Amino acid sequence: MEILGLLGDGMLIALQPLNLLLIFVGVTVGLFIGAMPGLGSVNGVAILLPITFLVPPSGAIIFLAAIYYGAMYGGAISSVTLGIPGASTAVATTFDGRPLAMKGRASLALVTAAIASFIGGSVANIIFTGFAPVLASVALSFGPPEIFALMLLAFATFVGLGGEDIPKTVLSICLGLVLGAIGFDQISGAPRLVLFDINAFLQGIGFLVLAIGVYGIGEMLWTIEQTRGEVENNTPKMTARGMMSDAGEAIREGWKGTAIGSFLGFFVGILPAAGATPASLMSYGVAKMTSRKPEQFGRGSVDGIAAPEAANNSASTGSMLPMLTLGIPGSPTTAILLGGMVIWGLVPGPRLFVDESEFVWGLIGSFYISNMAALFINLAFIPVFIWMLRMPFTILAPMIFVLSIVGGYAATRDMFDIWLILFFGFGALVLRRLDYPLAPAVLAIVLGPIAEPTLRQSLLLSSGDPMIFFNRPVAGPITIIAIILILLPALKLFRRKKPTTAVGE
Amino acid sequence: MSITKRALLQLSCAGLLATTPMAALAQEWEPRRPIDFVIMAGPGGGADQIARFIQSVAEQHDMTSRPLVPNNKGGGSGAEALIHVSSASDPDHTILVTLNSFFTTPLRQENLGIDIQSFTPVAMMGVDPFVLWMHVDSGITDFEGFLTQARAMNGEFVMGGTGTGQEDSIVIAFMSGAYGIDVKYIPYDGGGAVARDLAGQQIMATVNNPAEAKGFYEAGDFVPLLAFSDERIPAYPDVPTIRELGHDFSYYNQRAIVGAPGMSDEAAAYYQDLFTKVYETEEWQGYLASESLSPLWMNADEQRAYWDTQVESHRVLLSQLDG
Repeated sequence: MEILGLLGDGMLIALQPLNLLLIFVGVTVGLFIGAMPGLGSVNGVAILLPITFLVPPSGAIIFLAAIYYGAMYGGAISSVTLGIPGASTAVATTFDGRPLAMKGRASLALVTAAIASFIGGSVANIIFTGFAPVLASVALSFGPPEIFALMLLAFATFVGLGGEDIPKTVLSICLGLVLGAIGFDQISGAPRLVLFDINAFLQGIGFLVLAIGVYGIGEMLWTIEQTRGEVENNTPKMTARGMMSDAGEAIREGWKGTAIGSFLGFFVGILPAAGATPASLMSYGVAKMTSRKPEQFGRGSVDGIAAPEAANNSASTGSMLPMLTLGIPGSPTTAILLGGMVIWGLVPGPRLFVDESEFVWGLIGSFYISNMAALFINLAFIPVFIWMLRMPFTILAPMIFVLSIVGGYAATRDMFDIWLILFFGFGALVLRRLDYPLAPAVLAIVLGPIAEPTLRQSLLLSSGDPMIFFNRPVAGPITIIAIILILLPALKLFRRKKPTTAVGE
Repeated sequence: MSITKRALLQLSCAGLLATTPMAALAQEWEPRRPIDFVIMAGPGGGADQIARFIQSVAEQHDMTSRPLVPNNKGGGSGAEALIHVSSASDPDHTILVTLNSFFTTPLRQENLGIDIQSFTPVAMMGVDPFVLWMHVDSGITDFEGFLTQARAMNGEFVMGGTGTGQEDSIVIAFMSGAYGIDVKYIPYDGGGAVARDLAGQQIMATVNNPAEAKGFYEAGDFVPLLAFSDERIPAYPDVPTIRELGHDFSYYNQRAIVGAPGMSDEAAAYYQDLFTKVYETEEWQGYLASESLSPLWMNADEQRAYWDTQVESHRVLLSQLDG
């Protein structure tokens, strides 16, 4: 087993005192950067890149990868405790993490997130170690038609869920697609939907702007309206024994979501166009679709937390793969890592594994160590975050408001985004009152801008013939599954006419 | 509470750092906050690689008191970046890494109201040549083979690029016209994505900068067939230029840094000095050589004059493209 030997050497490099210190510092810093709304691993890595010139290249990339890992764990924290997605990758965690926290089970939500993240990261590391070169060529075989088919499948998982109001879900998706279409057309370069001729719309609507508006501001307003500010505080104190039993429950209830997120997340992560955010949303959709209790999703399902959290960690490791083997970043964060590697004199690309074997295996070894470190550091901080949740809502609400605004501004440094966040916050409140699901809109604004150009590229390739989605060996089956999933709820509606018409609400 | 306090404290500290001039004693202009380092292209392409390389060089030699923060704004063939920079609230801290879409996008989208002469010249870091590439599995090893196949496929030969009106499309249009071939052109959002899809054989040929294709070339995946430079590229000595084949044509992508419109003279002088220093580093000179860029150093006045000639020549090239 040559690979195990190389991995062993790699771990020894990662365990050198300096590198180990870098891992611990990196993970801790990443955890807090990830937990700050608006700041994600991109910002963390960009801000700390200069520091890495003080240490040798292998240490530098290990440090940055540790920040990346930490941020993936940290993103869940504010999603659960405050309902504001800490990073774009943790939006799907908000869907169920927040409701579970409102039930007084914040510790269960956070422990589930930590364990799922750990397992997702571990699975990804093992796949990465064993099959990196093979998977790189799999990633390359995904052209525009395959990526579009995959996006179609992602939308299908959100529509094809029994028991919900399907027209409202479709409408919500359409709303997200329209918002995602604002700005420049990626294919022709023409400006589209520049509302009221405001030039700021040319830059498009950032996904985080919608997510912070809907989940930060919108959620806060909703809670205030529902409870008239008298939120009863039922979050229990954190004990070691409680945490142990939460861990048991997390594994029992969330193993399925974790498994889906771990594998699907890695796979979506290695695709060049995607990254951890679409991976987590897709895993959430699939977990909900395959669950025996889909009606619990959105109301505090453990699987609903485990799936996106396992997926975002798994996908972060996955997105390292096209960066290292092809020199093409799979996510904004890896784009920055790539820049760092160039200056350290390392040329990412097909030759890296051969020419810089020690560096590559040191990095892979550090993935294992970082993942382990992140789990323990995260678990150690959970009681602190729980304690914060025990504050009265009258203190918590203004804090959520401030963090939403500051986080929204930090991401782009554009005041226009703040007005949009407030607008989306109020808009979300109105739509929620009318029982519109909002998660599909958030999904659509992420996936729409990936789906649209790939659709148009595919049709250009085939001179307008839609059969390109059916007669290619990989795209074909995916498209057919997606179409069946979209049609499934129509059939279900038909069949369920006799016993109970409404499930859920 | 401790965490929130800590988080808020971090924020307020960050805020303080961002607004307090550190070198208050220094006479010359210094940036007072992180510099918005806008890139006219998406991540992974030639312009992005260069921007990140420059950022790294500046960081490594500690050349700036505030960091350069890369900011990809590739939308609308760089129109997004031009709008962002020309409406920057703080022109002294906003600079732009340009490519030729700096000339072509305002020409193609006059409704944007961008006048490039309102921007501030900073530095011309070099010019990047273009090369025609195919995948090694195609079995084609020279330009003749490419022509034969492209003609045989009669309009079904697929090439990828960064969009109609973009640099590579100008080169492809010239080549197609000169040799009477008809290709299907698929637009992508950056040179990195184009090279990736040639590696995956989703498309059959590309016109990429050497920097974008080099990794795949070295791994034995890509074959260079024709160079669009004035002379043969040292790294690819066996690849003929289109000039050798009897066509008076060459085309380069500019790798220049410009400042936002309305930048103060002091700030412009600071950035001109900064990028002169970056240009002279061993790293940048090494990058020029290894990625096959040609040096084309100019001072600020020469850059303005260069912009004028480039706008005029692109006006002609684009009219041929659309007509």
